[in-house]
Amino acid sequence: MNATEIIESVVGSQLKPESDYPSFSIGDTLNIHVRIVEGDKERIQVYQGVLISQRGRGINRSITVRRIVANEGVERVFPLHSPRIAKIEIVRRGDARRAKLYFLRDRVGKSRRLRDQRRGLQHVSETSAKASVAEAQDD
Amino acid sequence: MPAALLGRKIGMTRYYTEDGRNIPVTVIEAGPCPVTQVKQAERDGYSAIQIGFDPVKPRRSTMPIIGHDGKAGTGPLRHHREVRFEDAKDVENYELGQSLDVSVFEGVKFVDIAGTSKGKGFQGVMKRHNFAGLEASHGVERKHRSAGSIGGHATNLGTGPKVKKGKRMAGHMGDERVTVRSLDVISVDPERNLLLVKGPVPGANGGLVYIREAKRLNRSKTQRAKAG
Repeated sequence: MNATEIIESVVGSQLKPESDYPSFSIGDTLNIHVRIVEGDKERIQVYQGVLISQRGRGINRSITVRRIVANEGVERVFPLHSPRIAKIEIVRRGDARRAKLYFLRDRVGKSRRLRDQRRGLQHVSETSAKASVAEAQDD
Repeated sequence: MPAALLGRKIGMTRYYTEDGRNIPVTVIEAGPCPVTQVKQAERDGYSAIQIGFDPVKPRRSTMPIIGHDGKAGTGPLRHHREVRFEDAKDVENYELGQSLDVSVFEGVKFVDIAGTSKGKGFQGVMKRHNFAGLEASHGVERKHRSAGSIGGHATNLGTGPKVKKGKRMAGHMGDERVTVRSLDVISVDPERNLLLVKGPVPGANGGLVYIREAKRLNRSKTQRAKAG
């Protein structure tokens, strides 16, 4: 075994299966359910924000989620294989054209929002529908 | 009985505890190390065992090493180190050819690890000795990273024309033996000969490391060791 295989065999048991999380992509708005331990009690806190960055492979994989709290931008980095993350839900699918959405940090107000992916798709299908109608009229 | 082994640094990764804490760990392939020689006080003047690590092909080894390791019933090994014993009786627990593996560290909470640090080449005083350098302005020209005065009249006797011996200056940095003390043992895996310790270990991945039970612990680690 080479070094990489040894390390993978060590952390293999700690990896969460792929099926634990839905397949999200950059620009999506996510609900992250975080386990919080206070003394003996454990509760779950939900953090909602836009996924602006993904990095790392295997056990080092992590995501950065940005949200606005009291008019102040907050970014949290979550290691995806941490036992503290209970669940991830997709709230809204955003349409992003790049892998890292760091430009959102400079945006203020309404321009902070990303176009919804569904609306984007609808837009595409509408234009193609119009085009086919136009073609039909030409005939 | 001091537990000690030779091993190879594999690399670093992370390890999650059950309560979700994230621990940086170094993975070390430790042993198996055959005992290649037993030194006894009456014969050799001191008590120690010599352990070997990393088998090599006989044609890459030398006749003296092949013969020496042959006495222990193993093929030639690349590395050999002695482990000294304070008490002469401890040596009696070991015999020639006995194989030590990572299970000697089971139940051990803290280990010391020695390795050869990465070579940094010829470095200036700011990187090598953490000197502050000179100022960015106020008349300083072309000497912003230099050491400053090396002590006009300082000798080992107090005064004189020579520079004090051992004066810290620029020079070769790294590639020297470094020991890190009292690293937490995170897990021991005798099946794959793996040892996981918390935090970094000197040297590059693939480098030889010497692992022993921690010699001295600070106060908080002593308490943790007692707590069990």
